[in-house]
Amino acid sequence: MAEFSVIGKPLPMTDARAKVTGLGKYADDLVVPGMLMGKILHSPYPHARIRRIDTTRAEALPGVKAVATGRDAPNPYGILPIGHDERVFQTDKVRYIGDNVAAVAATSLDVAEQALALIDVEYEPLPAVFDPLEAMQVENPEHWIHSNKPRNIEKEYHHVFGDVERGFAEAEIIHAERFYAGEVTHAAMEPHATLAVWEPDERLTVYSSTQVPYYLQRTLSNVCEMPMSHIRVVKPLVGGGFGGKSEVIPLEVAAAVLAKKARRPVKITYTREEVFYAHRGRPSSYMDLKVGITREGRITAVEARMVQDGGAYCGYGPVTVLYSGNLLHAIYDIPAARYDGYRVLTNKPACGAMRGHGTVNMRFAFECMLDVLAEKAGLDPVELRRRNLLRAPCITANQLRVTSYGLPECIERVVERSGWSAKRGKLPFGRGIGMACSHYVSGAANPIIRSNMPHTTVHIKVDRDAGVTVYTGASEIGQGSDTVQIQIVAEVLGVRPERIRLVAADTELTPVDLGSYSSRVTFMAGNACLEAARNLRAQLFDAAAKKLDCAPEVLEALDERIFSRHDRERSLRFEEAVAAALESQGALVAKGTYAPPEEARGGTFKGAGVGPSPAYSYSAQTAEVSVDPETGQLTVHRIVVAHDCGRALNPLTVEGQVEGSVYMGFGQAVQEEMIWRNGRLMNPSLLEYRIPTTLETPLIESIIVESRDPEGPFGAKEAGEGSLAATLPAIASAVYDAVGVRIHSLPITPEKILAALQEKRRPAARRAEDSGVPPRGER
Amino acid sequence: MEKILLKLCVNGEIYQVAVPPNKLLLDVLREDLGLTGSKRGCDDSSCGCCAVLIDGTPMLSCVALAASYAGAEITTVEGLAPPGELHPVQEGFAVSGGAQCGYCTPGFLISTKALLDRNPEPTLEEIREALSSNLCRCTGYMQIYESVRLALERWKQVPRAAGARQPAAQGSQ
Repeated sequence: MAEFSVIGKPLPMTDARAKVTGLGKYADDLVVPGMLMGKILHSPYPHARIRRIDTTRAEALPGVKAVATGRDAPNPYGILPIGHDERVFQTDKVRYIGDNVAAVAATSLDVAEQALALIDVEYEPLPAVFDPLEAMQVENPEHWIHSNKPRNIEKEYHHVFGDVERGFAEAEIIHAERFYAGEVTHAAMEPHATLAVWEPDERLTVYSSTQVPYYLQRTLSNVCEMPMSHIRVVKPLVGGGFGGKSEVIPLEVAAAVLAKKARRPVKITYTREEVFYAHRGRPSSYMDLKVGITREGRITAVEARMVQDGGAYCGYGPVTVLYSGNLLHAIYDIPAARYDGYRVLTNKPACGAMRGHGTVNMRFAFECMLDVLAEKAGLDPVELRRRNLLRAPCITANQLRVTSYGLPECIERVVERSGWSAKRGKLPFGRGIGMACSHYVSGAANPIIRSNMPHTTVHIKVDRDAGVTVYTGASEIGQGSDTVQIQIVAEVLGVRPERIRLVAADTELTPVDLGSYSSRVTFMAGNACLEAARNLRAQLFDAAAKKLDCAPEVLEALDERIFSRHDRERSLRFEEAVAAALESQGALVAKGTYAPPEEARGGTFKGAGVGPSPAYSYSAQTAEVSVDPETGQLTVHRIVVAHDCGRALNPLTVEGQVEGSVYMGFGQAVQEEMIWRNGRLMNPSLLEYRIPTTLETPLIESIIVESRDPEGPFGAKEAGEGSLAATLPAIASAVYDAVGVRIHSLPITPEKILAALQEKRRPAARRAEDSGVPPRGER
Repeated sequence: MEKILLKLCVNGEIYQVAVPPNKLLLDVLREDLGLTGSKRGCDDSSCGCCAVLIDGTPMLSCVALAASYAGAEITTVEGLAPPGELHPVQEGFAVSGGAQCGYCTPGFLISTKALLDRNPEPTLEEIREALSSNLCRCTGYMQIYESVRLALERWKQVPRAAGARQPAAQGSQ
């Protein structure tokens, strides 16, 4: 008999039919009677004082129903309790091109756009700064982007774990290098959209493209000065998030403020250009690394310095810079490490959380370092990694708890599948193979807003006809979370998935869940579903035991029946058991919750809260490329990826997540970058930003590794982010294997490869200590 | 701007709408006809989310004036199969993971349908070429190729007339 009946099956997503018929509704598809269209006025200056805002002419335009400015919503907010530095509309000064100044709600989009042109704003431009290294040098407080952030440093962290000096003293090979990663953004296919409906009972209903209804509800409560219970946030279908919809985005607040002011429904949908300026993506990063190893290849010490260009507001910034440092650990055995991380403010849109949050750029740099060190030690890059594996379960130097560790198997599987041993160093010039590893959290063990409450709660209700309804706050954003939760409940109750209806992400109906980010849903909402279903099953067993005249402990649920494991004939149909339970107790409801265990929550040092997770996923990858030495043209042909997700509850969606991660890593590795000139984005469109099409994207072969985490639901861990980071250094390593140049700057463009090849051909004496990293200000 | 009266044939049905002459087909479909399956994902005809079939040819409805297609047979994602049924292409994407967030899916379905209509035995390279005007940010395209492969399999099993309504057949309604 199979171990499970629903778990482990490649179930198509439960909302697939809504998506392929075009009948599923996303926020911008929603229309309600009396709906107004909203439009936001953005700053044309990167840094300027606002002298005066006059909305009289706009208000007089026929069709305009409300004009909102900062006076209508003065309360500051931000995703982190330590970073409430945003207001929906600026009153004193603007801090980036695109910053929000005012908004209009009108009877049509045309009228709203005309009205924006009638708002008179008088600006007094201030000196602006666009590079983090320059921003850190600004001494004049008048020119700081936020007056309470001296020299534009949002946050800095300085960590030392183990004896770093001794580690370097013991090292026999030491390598140091500077790396740079350009700024990238989520580019989810659905532009942000929000419909805010002011209800006749003076309450607010907001339909929004959000990854976290709960945070939106909290922020709206703060800004609109209304109790949370008077604000209902509903998440319709969301067309991709990748972190870009995990913070409250200005249009969400603007729509609510306008709806409240106009006492009418207001919809705002961003143009693609506005989406680029709303951003919250991955910051550009300068990284200085130094790593020491013994001649045998054991890492003895690591030193890392990270400077991130955070843009004009705090956002998730401190979390991003902490992930970069704290997740140097929990993948290899690192006995000693020093980390200096700086999050710096500049006059550009705020960065934030993007798939692989905080880990991707640092992982790129670190894995590139291992590639160099392997060569210096005369070791195969794979062998170097084998010699630095953790022995799980274990606690890392920075107090992260590793419970399951499938990395060794991931490495061996990709080595075998890719034909690594026959290829590395053996392919003809111009062709190469590289490898790298990565990892990620299965949800953050510590919530952003500290509390002792559960991170997620799930309710289950069963009707008289034995239909099962699951109420979950977890947000389906295309990753398959609805489906996996249904699978878990179906498995425990022994019923077909079709019997289960899932109601998700509607704050009026569903209990709190902290949202779809940091790859937390399968692990956390999954565990809550598991507990809720078990609680419900216990009630069914109690009622069934009375009917069947046996002890509830001997009962099992399978194939829509509840039966005694000693006598399978002694059984009830699921419907009969439900009826029995309703007869005896009147209602059949259950709850489940999840909070990470105390041991998973990490250390007590400043910044220890970010990085701890109940479990970590692991990934290993190989990339095969060819490089044209005449043009520098890089083609990535094939990526083999093995991902340890603990257990694949749904192999179809796990593979989809892993391949999607590799795809996004590939885009950042070779062609995506936000190009800024004096605070203006040069490529604010999908065409110019160049997210990869079918023609550039390599073939991806995914392998699922199942390490069975002791605390994951059925052993599961995350699958949606951990494979992204390894793709970048695997490609860099392959480029080196192909043509012998190391590129330390992302994206790895033909121009950079060609420049490195030309540099290599020059006589050694004339060769500079060129790291491939562009001087500041240049990209 | 003065509105004009426009007669459009969409998914086999005749619609009469009064719209400004500069209104884009995508906006007419979404706002005037309530056919929100076609999506807007960009400002510059780069994403393919709004693709529809016009007389059997995939076109971007976000850069087409509705008034230019008064006599044409327009098929949107909603018209790929009769209500309650799935076209083999829809089935392929639903079953094989071709739709993750689903936002790009209507455009991919339209491009795939057009591909299979003109080339029932495409190679992987031909599929990549045919779908290169549609962007997907979720899948990495692998499960989309798998979806097309499954669609092809189902397509062969279903008689054309039942599972796949041809645009030409819709005109007579």
